[in-house]
Amino acid sequence: MSTIQHASRPVPQILVHEVHKPRQTRQWLDWVTTTDHKRIGIMYLVLTFVFFTLGGVEALLMRSQLSVPNNTLVSGLVYNELLTMHGTTMIFLFVVPVMAGFGNYFVPLMIGARDMAFPRLNALSFWLLLLGGIVFYASIFWHPPQAGWWSYPPLSSKLYSPGGGQDAWIFLIHLTGLSSLVGAINFYVTIVNMRAPGMTWGRVPLFVWSILIYAVLLIIALPVIAAAVTMLLTDRNFGTHWFDPTNHGSPVLWENLFWFFGHPEVYIMILPGFGMISEVLPVFARKPIFGYKAIAASTIVIAFLSTLVWAHHLFTAPMPLVVLGFFMLSSFLIGIPTGVKIFNWTATLWRGSLVMTASMMWAIGFIVLFLIGGITGIFLATFPVDWQLNDTYFVVAHFHYVLVGGAVFTIIAGTYYWYPKMTGRLCNETLGKWSFWVTFIGFNLTFFVQHALGLSGMPRRIYTYQEHMGWSTYNFISSVGAFIMATGFVMSFYNFARSYKTGKVAGPDPWKANTLEWFTTSPPPVNNFDSVPRIRSVEPMRDIRLEVEAQTGTLQKTGGSEQFARA
Amino acid sequence: MSRARDLLATLRRRHAVAAAVFLPVAAGTFFAAAQTAAARCCTLPSGGSPNATAIATLYDIILGLGIAVFLIVFGFIAYSVWKFRASKHPVAAQFHGNTRLELSLTAAATMLLVVIAAATFIALPTIIDPPNSNANIGSVLSASLTAPVPPNGKEVTICVMGRQYIWRYTYGANCNKTAWQDRLPYSYQEMEAPAGEVVKLVIQSSDVIHSWWIPALGGKVDAVPGYTTYTWFEALHANVLYHGQCAQLCGREHAFMTAEVNVVPPAQYAAWLRQQSNAIQGQNDQVAQVRRYLVKQGILTSSGNF
Repeated sequence: MSTIQHASRPVPQILVHEVHKPRQTRQWLDWVTTTDHKRIGIMYLVLTFVFFTLGGVEALLMRSQLSVPNNTLVSGLVYNELLTMHGTTMIFLFVVPVMAGFGNYFVPLMIGARDMAFPRLNALSFWLLLLGGIVFYASIFWHPPQAGWWSYPPLSSKLYSPGGGQDAWIFLIHLTGLSSLVGAINFYVTIVNMRAPGMTWGRVPLFVWSILIYAVLLIIALPVIAAAVTMLLTDRNFGTHWFDPTNHGSPVLWENLFWFFGHPEVYIMILPGFGMISEVLPVFARKPIFGYKAIAASTIVIAFLSTLVWAHHLFTAPMPLVVLGFFMLSSFLIGIPTGVKIFNWTATLWRGSLVMTASMMWAIGFIVLFLIGGITGIFLATFPVDWQLNDTYFVVAHFHYVLVGGAVFTIIAGTYYWYPKMTGRLCNETLGKWSFWVTFIGFNLTFFVQHALGLSGMPRRIYTYQEHMGWSTYNFISSVGAFIMATGFVMSFYNFARSYKTGKVAGPDPWKANTLEWFTTSPPPVNNFDSVPRIRSVEPMRDIRLEVEAQTGTLQKTGGSEQFARA
Repeated sequence: MSRARDLLATLRRRHAVAAAVFLPVAAGTFFAAAQTAAARCCTLPSGGSPNATAIATLYDIILGLGIAVFLIVFGFIAYSVWKFRASKHPVAAQFHGNTRLELSLTAAATMLLVVIAAATFIALPTIIDPPNSNANIGSVLSASLTAPVPPNGKEVTICVMGRQYIWRYTYGANCNKTAWQDRLPYSYQEMEAPAGEVVKLVIQSSDVIHSWWIPALGGKVDAVPGYTTYTWFEALHANVLYHGQCAQLCGREHAFMTAEVNVVPPAQYAAWLRQQSNAIQGQNDQVAQVRRYLVKQGILTSSGNF
């Protein structure tokens, strides 16, 4: 051991140079006109976090309204507007595009490419997203939509939702859908064509795998919702009767079309998060991911099955029994590859050397919460049980465990993990860990009791309830929890904002990670890499480190006593 | 020194006695409290109607399996986080996977789901098929493909019509076809139902999608305009008022679209139907009287227009 010393600074030496061009334009103009995937990625992340904040404020207003029975903070109308805005914002303006943001920034870096395949199309994706958000949020000055994020007709028809908000919602779906579709094609082409030499499909990082499948699912699902909302638009404004039961149209047609998109959408939101976890865990467990092939394969299987389970959202709708049985079994099936993933992540921790950074804590917190969300999903997939639980707070609890405990926790884990790469600075680890615990406790207070609310008969989307229903205590706990959870998220936001100026300088590879994005400076230069090494495994940086270790005798990857673990 | 030891021994003995008394009591209290708490928080309503009870049983089976799976996986994660933290376990084992373990755990997960699927299909007949019923109150209804019918074909039929933001119930066979001609009795918000009889519900909506749901009397069924859906219940206890409310977002007063089912003995139900019919008839007569008067005065035309 005496000849081996801990590396005091990241080795290997980085082989990229920033090309400094004399500045000719204003800085903001640089951002507006950029086609650099990293800048677009940053803009995606900042914009989506703004929408996350807006959606969060809407959630807090709803929780405040429900904190006590017979509350009059908001009216039934405003409450319906809030729940529609909240759901739509979180899904179409936060979780889906935030994954595109991470994908934008890191897919080219992880596969050793200099940019996305179509940089201008990439910029178009971002600006379409912004446009969709503006069109949608402008409706708060007139009549926000109020038919829920599913917008089931006839409630969303002109007769029952006369305001323009519903049309604004339709345009939001069109614009963000176009944005995601263009982005998905871009991701697909980039990943298929622009991988580094030697990066065969068996060596593609798992996050890149998940973005590839995310892109494929978007391409499958988005045209369906685009068609459906166009039909709704013509129903509302041009006298068609696709969904109008008084003229032989069918609301159930909408339910099927919507959820044929809606269920793959759930996996569109969660699969990239799975990918991030599959990157974060091996780095901080200091060992290879357990079952690389199984994780990649399960991603594909989940994507395939996700197009065959949509009608489990319609178990209470008029449908023949055999259809119910089919969709119960297909929904059970999708639990198997998901279980494989949880098993592989747990096994990745097994006999590792766990460095409990903030990123790692959010990642492990994710596994626990997603496990609960997955188990409650089995209750809902069993259609007779769903007859009791559908449209209750049990469902609300379930999908928040999946999408907040699942997707959002992975997003925060990913942000802590990649923040040093994006900004060149480390976040405050202590604050990140405090933020995790506050959020984790607040989250469980908010949503765990909602299972009990659903079991005791509280339907979702009601703006108030009577005291004698016995829901007051759980609702109060849930509302208090929501504010605790919000505090936790604010702590992380503050951390991200402050560390941009005051964080410790990270260097190119602060975590001693495995993938190629750590082979360049932090933040990377415009061209990403001057030269790209030949890829020999799924962990190219580890290979390089081992090589350097063999040549110089300097231990590159220690047992977890790195300085950042104590920071 | 020895006195101290004596004292210690006495204390220990006292503790043992106290523990012997206290622990079972505490454990008993704890389990009783846990059971009550569990009934309040963690189970579905059962005992109201056979279908609700069967669903609650199915739920309990899945809950048991789910808790077991959670504890095992969470145990592994918690153990790993504790045992393999970097400060105690500085060198990570470098292994890439274990195909045999992977496959056997996949098979185990599959088996678990097969068990749940089997339990579902075993419980299903109790949930969707009503048992035999005396049902001398309503008339016998011919079987249809989608409507639930007891083996002996006897059942009480009640039509449920959802509209923003109230439920209307029409009592009697053919209630969704010839209710007006047959002068069937109807009521709003609170449904009267006979105990111990199979009640078939014919569910429709006249505007937007609603969802009929009385938790204690079985699962929910959407009321979709343009469609007719069916469900049934057999209320086992008389003189109970069951509460429920619309479960599908139906507009701004969705929260106040409540429903009550007042379960009464069959004789009382029959009496209530007669009374309701008479009351409605009385009201109709009064309206007709007013109308005749208005026509006579020339305020209304004979076809009822102003």
